[in-house]
Amino acid sequence: MKRRNFLYLAGMGVGATMMPDISALGKTVPLDYLPEPVDAILKKKMADIVLNAARSKGASYADVRIGRYLNQSISTRENRVQNIANTESYGMGIRVIANGCWGFASTDKLDNDSIAKATELAVQIAKVNAKLLTEPVQLASQKGYGEVSWKTPIEKNGFEIPVKEKVDLLLGVNAAAKEGGASFINSTLFLINEQKYFASTDGSYIDQDIHRIWPTFTVTKIDKSNGSFQTRDALSSPMGMGYEYMIPDENEKIKGLVTLYKKRYDMIEDAKQAAVHVGEKLQAKPVEPGKYDLVLDPTHLFLTIHESVGHPTELDRVLGYEANYAGTSFLTLDKWESKKFNFGSKQVNIVADKTQSGSLGAVGYDDEGVKCGKWDLIKDGILVNYQTIRDQAHILGLNESQGCCYADSWSSVQFQRMPNVSLQPGKAPLTSAEMIKGIDKGLYMLGRNSYSIDQQRYNFQFSSQLCYEIKAGKVVGMVRDAAYQANTQEFWNSCAGSCDEKDYRLGGSFFDGKGQPGQISAVSHGCATTKFSGVSVINTGRKI
Amino acid sequence: MAILTKEAAQALLKKVLTYSKADECEATLSGTEGGNIRYARNAVSTAGDVSTLNLSVSSRFGKKSAFSTINEFDDASLQKVVSRSEELAKLAPENPEVMPMLGPSDFKEAITYVPATAAMTPDTRAELVSKSIIAAKEAKLEAAGFLENSNGFTAVMNSKGLFAYNKSTDVIFSVTTRNQAGTGSGYAARGFNDVNKLDTLTATKIAASKANGSINAKAIEPGKYTVILEPVAATYMLENMFRGFDARSADEGRSFMSKPGGGTRLGEKLMDEQVTIYSDPFNPDMPAPTWNSEGQPLEKINWIDKGVVKNLAYSRYWAQQKNVKPVPGPSNVIMQGGSASLEELIKSTEKGILVSRLWYIRMVDPQTLLLTGLTRDGTFYIENGKIQFPIKNMRFNESPVIMLNNIEALGKAERSISVESYRSYLIPPMKIRDFTFTSLSDAV
Repeated sequence: MKRRNFLYLAGMGVGATMMPDISALGKTVPLDYLPEPVDAILKKKMADIVLNAARSKGASYADVRIGRYLNQSISTRENRVQNIANTESYGMGIRVIANGCWGFASTDKLDNDSIAKATELAVQIAKVNAKLLTEPVQLASQKGYGEVSWKTPIEKNGFEIPVKEKVDLLLGVNAAAKEGGASFINSTLFLINEQKYFASTDGSYIDQDIHRIWPTFTVTKIDKSNGSFQTRDALSSPMGMGYEYMIPDENEKIKGLVTLYKKRYDMIEDAKQAAVHVGEKLQAKPVEPGKYDLVLDPTHLFLTIHESVGHPTELDRVLGYEANYAGTSFLTLDKWESKKFNFGSKQVNIVADKTQSGSLGAVGYDDEGVKCGKWDLIKDGILVNYQTIRDQAHILGLNESQGCCYADSWSSVQFQRMPNVSLQPGKAPLTSAEMIKGIDKGLYMLGRNSYSIDQQRYNFQFSSQLCYEIKAGKVVGMVRDAAYQANTQEFWNSCAGSCDEKDYRLGGSFFDGKGQPGQISAVSHGCATTKFSGVSVINTGRKI
Repeated sequence: MAILTKEAAQALLKKVLTYSKADECEATLSGTEGGNIRYARNAVSTAGDVSTLNLSVSSRFGKKSAFSTINEFDDASLQKVVSRSEELAKLAPENPEVMPMLGPSDFKEAITYVPATAAMTPDTRAELVSKSIIAAKEAKLEAAGFLENSNGFTAVMNSKGLFAYNKSTDVIFSVTTRNQAGTGSGYAARGFNDVNKLDTLTATKIAASKANGSINAKAIEPGKYTVILEPVAATYMLENMFRGFDARSADEGRSFMSKPGGGTRLGEKLMDEQVTIYSDPFNPDMPAPTWNSEGQPLEKINWIDKGVVKNLAYSRYWAQQKNVKPVPGPSNVIMQGGSASLEELIKSTEKGILVSRLWYIRMVDPQTLLLTGLTRDGTFYIENGKIQFPIKNMRFNESPVIMLNNIEALGKAERSISVESYRSYLIPPMKIRDFTFTSLSDAV
């Protein structure tokens, strides 16, 4: 099965399907199998074969990524385990510049002969395609770091937790939802470990060990009297953390109308409240279409940030490299050059950050050997920067890359991917309850649901897992079938401020798709609960 | 070599099964060779080559089941992958949904393999792309596109005597052409088993005419309109519905195929009687494998027949629960068309909108299958049977089930690919009344 088919399945929602055996995630390996990381000395030896062979075949630059990708997914529904899959993928991706053009080849046969042949193929592809070039690749200079390493700072390695313990947790979650009145529940735990080694002709040999985790569920309740059904997904977040995320901590909870979670999740508690919520959703009245002030919780707003800020500030989209698939961007270079393009209101400060602890995008170095950092994208509402990689940096007049290069596998070619993109919290103390008190007619939305945005990121439509109506400063009940539609610039200019840093949380996208052939990546977006004034809301209820 | 002949695959799988000590054992061998090339701003950006061969072994002890895979093929590795899957199966919890493996079946030969596609090289890919770039430059446009070819095989054998082998080839191509000012954009997408059917020059010329024709688009008021969806637009819209032809979710009450009050909509007239949707692995324009991963033969089957829900897919487990015959899911999906050309559909339209492509479709409500998304790469206003002017893109909120109740006319079905999954379908252009647009977009 190809990666694009994985994206197709991932798009169905984890609750809707069993996690299939997906070769894009690597071959399946036994549950008890935890391979020792490959020795860095051996990897350096293999890397040097590539770098030397590439130079001798005429490459002016070469990099090699030796990757071992471990994934575990456990899928359950109600009282049964549907699937436990351990997959492993191990191999090498070789990228070269020859005759001014990129070439790429990969191999999972790591004997010296196969490595040399793959290198030769990468150089051959570069030379064939150089005929179709208009101008040669301009690669920003990058100093070699020598032999260095970086690890996600985890407390507990999820792969080392016995499978039975993880299965018992998910079945406990399912039981809690069923006891609460749910008709069905699907729950899943994903674990990812990327063991990546990067080397280049610049003189870097970078060894990294990266961990990510995502627990999630979908609770469904059916009203047999009229045949209607409602679902509520988990309010968890995928994180760049170890299994410690799964251990509940009262200090990491935000209690209010709905209990919300910061850097520790309580999956059983969330399933219990979800079972109550689906019952309320079945009884909720349809939303009255019109203009509302929106109070958007981080479990929801993270995805709006991802789609309407993260993607349009990708420089490859701005330049047209993604025109054939994901699209281009309304944030054209002239808007950035003017230094006065009003992306949002003065309260809108958005940063790109590849170093944030606990985030999905945190790494020491990107997939072309650039040390990661943090920079402003939107400053006091003004567009000030983009996201770049080495062959784009010169377009912004930068001497070096911003470190946004990523490949989802050794067999995929690395390209520009989104760093964590986060809205900064408000400076004055403010809770979500206090924010709601100041609203006359509004909706309080939590959790990600349907999301769609055009190919230049102007017009979007989003809906939430939970939607509460606010009247005269008070939450008066749940409503259903609410979706807001807006233009990105108008929406961010309607931003009327955020709660303070105590409310700041990370949300994230675990399977963000981009590129051809399609690749996935994981990225976090932080924010606090934020208010947007006078946004158009439609009612999406229909009958068939 | 990642591609094994039928005889070589059979011999290897036979050897694997001799190592099995489980109640039941099944081994699957699959290999792929292929490559891709991507271009943007009229120049190639990235390209690569892929080659993989994998063996997966599934072992069963009663209702306990597990599998393991490997990509090494010496005798010791083959023994190791079998014994690993057996160790794991013994440790696995019992799964009541595990069904006994199927025995031998007489599978018909598929028509999914074309030698010319299998023979593609980096040079042929570059040649096909250069034709596209030339067409874009001639039209004074910038092209961004993607071409990918693959050549693969799958073989399966189990301890009940099942053996099946299939080879297939595939090539997909898509191109977006835009003008320098960013005020016009056009698109074309093609997918075939046979690369000889792929004409990147003509496809790019069509994309170019859409791009140049969509400059100076006017805004019209969102609302309900008669639309003509070209196959690439209709395909993406309907793909979301094809995923829902499943009996279990319908029986469980959580699908648009669920009948209010319980059960499924089987036998119910759910759409206009012009709608017939079926699968047929032997359709020459849309061939598919003749067996699935469970070893079930795949034959021609109607899902929707003249608007009536004729069949839903029943997994073997769910069929047993419901005491019906198992129905394997779709091998491919074909919607029967009419005889009209796209031009004739336009000619017969008093007022309407021609939609070239849809984009970013997401489910809003699984109960009604309400979807939202936008038009893209060429949207035109039709009046008095003629395209009058390009219009700005719009967001829609519409259900394909409602849409297929509002059919005015169907054109001739043609092979088209989904712009998100890249799967191929045979879908006609269609004229639909009362299609719901809810807002304008500035995107080009």
